[in-house]
Amino acid sequence: MNARSFQRLALWDSHDRPLELQGAEILDSGTGRMNRQDIWVVDGRIHFQKPEGTTPIVFKLDGATLFPRLIDVHVHLREPGFEEAETVATGALAAAKGGFSAICCMPNTEPPIDDAATIRYVLEQAERAGGAKVYPFACITRGRKGETLADMFELAEAGARGFSDDGSPVMNAEIMRRALEYSKMMGLPIVAHEEDTHLAGPGCVHEGAVATRVGLRGIPREAEDIMVARDIALVRLTGGRLHICHVSSKHTVELVRQAKREGLPVTAEVTPHHLVLTHERIAGYDTNFKLNPPLREESDRLALLEGLLDGTLDCIATDHAPHTAIAKQVEFDRAPMGVTGLETALSICLTDLVNPGLVPLDTVLRALGPHPAALLGESWTPIQDGAPADFTAIDLKRTWTVSTDSFVSKSANSSFLGRELAGVTLLTLVDGRVAWSDPSVVPVQQSAARVS
Amino acid sequence: MRMDDKRDLLDLESLSSVEIVDLLDTTRSMRQVIDRPVKKVPALRGKTVANLFYEPSTRTRLSFELAEKRLTADSINFSTSGSSVAKGETLRDTVRNIEAMGVDFVVLRHGSSGAAHFVAREVKASVINAGDGTHEHPTQGLLDVYTIREKLGKVAGLRVAIVGDIAHSRVARSNIWALTKLGAEVVVCGPTTLIPADVELMGVTVSHQVEEALEGAHVVNILRIQQERLKSNLLPSLREYALQFSVTSERLRVAHPEVLIMHPGPMNRGIEIAQEVAEDGRNVILDQVTNGVAVRMAVLYHLSGGESLLPVGLEGVA
Repeated sequence: MNARSFQRLALWDSHDRPLELQGAEILDSGTGRMNRQDIWVVDGRIHFQKPEGTTPIVFKLDGATLFPRLIDVHVHLREPGFEEAETVATGALAAAKGGFSAICCMPNTEPPIDDAATIRYVLEQAERAGGAKVYPFACITRGRKGETLADMFELAEAGARGFSDDGSPVMNAEIMRRALEYSKMMGLPIVAHEEDTHLAGPGCVHEGAVATRVGLRGIPREAEDIMVARDIALVRLTGGRLHICHVSSKHTVELVRQAKREGLPVTAEVTPHHLVLTHERIAGYDTNFKLNPPLREESDRLALLEGLLDGTLDCIATDHAPHTAIAKQVEFDRAPMGVTGLETALSICLTDLVNPGLVPLDTVLRALGPHPAALLGESWTPIQDGAPADFTAIDLKRTWTVSTDSFVSKSANSSFLGRELAGVTLLTLVDGRVAWSDPSVVPVQQSAARVS
Repeated sequence: MRMDDKRDLLDLESLSSVEIVDLLDTTRSMRQVIDRPVKKVPALRGKTVANLFYEPSTRTRLSFELAEKRLTADSINFSTSGSSVAKGETLRDTVRNIEAMGVDFVVLRHGSSGAAHFVAREVKASVINAGDGTHEHPTQGLLDVYTIREKLGKVAGLRVAIVGDIAHSRVARSNIWALTKLGAEVVVCGPTTLIPADVELMGVTVSHQVEEALEGAHVVNILRIQQERLKSNLLPSLREYALQFSVTSERLRVAHPEVLIMHPGPMNRGIEIAQEVAEDGRNVILDQVTNGVAVRMAVLYHLSGGESLLPVGLEGVA
């Protein structure tokens, strides 16, 4: 059955009627233990005791674990311009289904998000959608052309949470310098896609043994390293805030580690794909393994894991890049780069990183929670009495099989088709509103008469 | 060759040495057909082959067409110039349409690496890769090892030098797989800019000096250098390439005295191959062309389900 048929738009909102969540466990960050804790949500706030005189809608979540606010800082929502692949509504719903209560969307739309009107359009669409909250990133340069700075103050006032020409690096160092300098006034980060386009050329996979075997043009690690080194130098010059997108190279991990040691305001993210897959997967010319930056070697993957563990890589971000089946069903070198990630990220982290003991759950949750929040200057509080009701209930033991029918995203270009994964999102709350509920979670509507 | 639902020839990387030797043995039978006064057997009677050429090709296309005719297959030909490709149809749609007309084989030449693998996933017909981008050209690899085996009686233990643009050569990759699987020692030689990353992991050694590569070589396979490598700054000039890397009689002096000189064609005389080498009595370039037809007959025959060394209609030949 197609998951899209389960779509529900904010049927339950704690601002209309309190919610009662029974039987779930929360992680006590002090002891690291799971404690059972019934929760009530009233007007967007968490209560640990049942508020007086309320008639809540009851959700039975026995065995589920509550994770506080998960944020994905790298998502392509494709609207406006490429609505056949994704819309703000389907992307925001896919995010909620993946357990995220907020996402940052990239501005490589058509038209690109480089003026206030387009930002407002995206924010309105998100408001209407009722899925995860959407924080837009706006372009660094007008038209993403890398030539002139976008009107950053105006964009910030309209709701931009950072600036990115994602997909197209700012090749001109002078312009990148000015972007880092100017954005300081708004206190917003420059979110950089680090790739030397000359060195990358028409490459479409990692330059190495597999590319050689399959005869595909490679992109060396150094296409990333060089730009990361340049931008770190520019941060040293300007004091601007730099967030490095989708790190793929082992050398970049080391560059970021050094920059942090130096005390520079640099953060970085890594995708679940780069943490669990390598370039060996391209051998069958499956375009669902064609991403930018490309999947690299095992030594890179291990360095990324190490970077995640020691905090060099702050965030896990999906780089959710939906493309239609038609766009991907072409010759490998002609296919667009990118794979979806919103609905698989958490499950992949649980199945391939946490469950085998490679990465502690706490590390994954920090990379999906407080660290992204810090990047955005957003508040982030653990699940506690009085905190905003932004959290997710996950059934960690339930498994599901990824298939093209699993997704509420409009696109199914996942690297993980066919995989059996652990972790199903039962409920995602955004500001006390139910943004996603699994079909298995049937609320019990207590009758007002009985309660009174 | 996949032996599951259907049979394709997409690359030599996935073939075992036994499968390669089987194909070479069948090629020998086919060679005998070609040498007869009546050069035709009914092995593929009633079968239809679509030759889809998305890149210009003379020799490979004619060779396939001739192989099909000699096996009594019906063929239809398609090339980018006179097709719906100009109207923007995708490769997937094109091959599905052609398959709907009832073809049994698709022979595909395409500029994108992996195109044959992609088409093989989309159609039920058997797919033969006639060259995909910079990946493989399996029938060329087979005809090259067949020619070596025919002339020198064996492949194992021979030293084979492949000289030229290794990075962009599908011929090089197919040769490397076939030769190493059959036990030859392969050295690839070319400028540093035309040697692909980690090529040693394919089981070859690398040289950037022609004399070093040719030292004691039983075979030299000379690859074509294309003008477009200059545009991407992989070579300063063709003149400089010729001065450093052209296979000349002088440089061939360190090779085995009976060295086989091979070239997949078309040759750039005076660039990768000196004029005197192109005319050298030790060159087997035209034998390669003749064997190309036999190899393609053998591949078609095998993919159609023929197993024995003696195809239908060949009983009297051996």
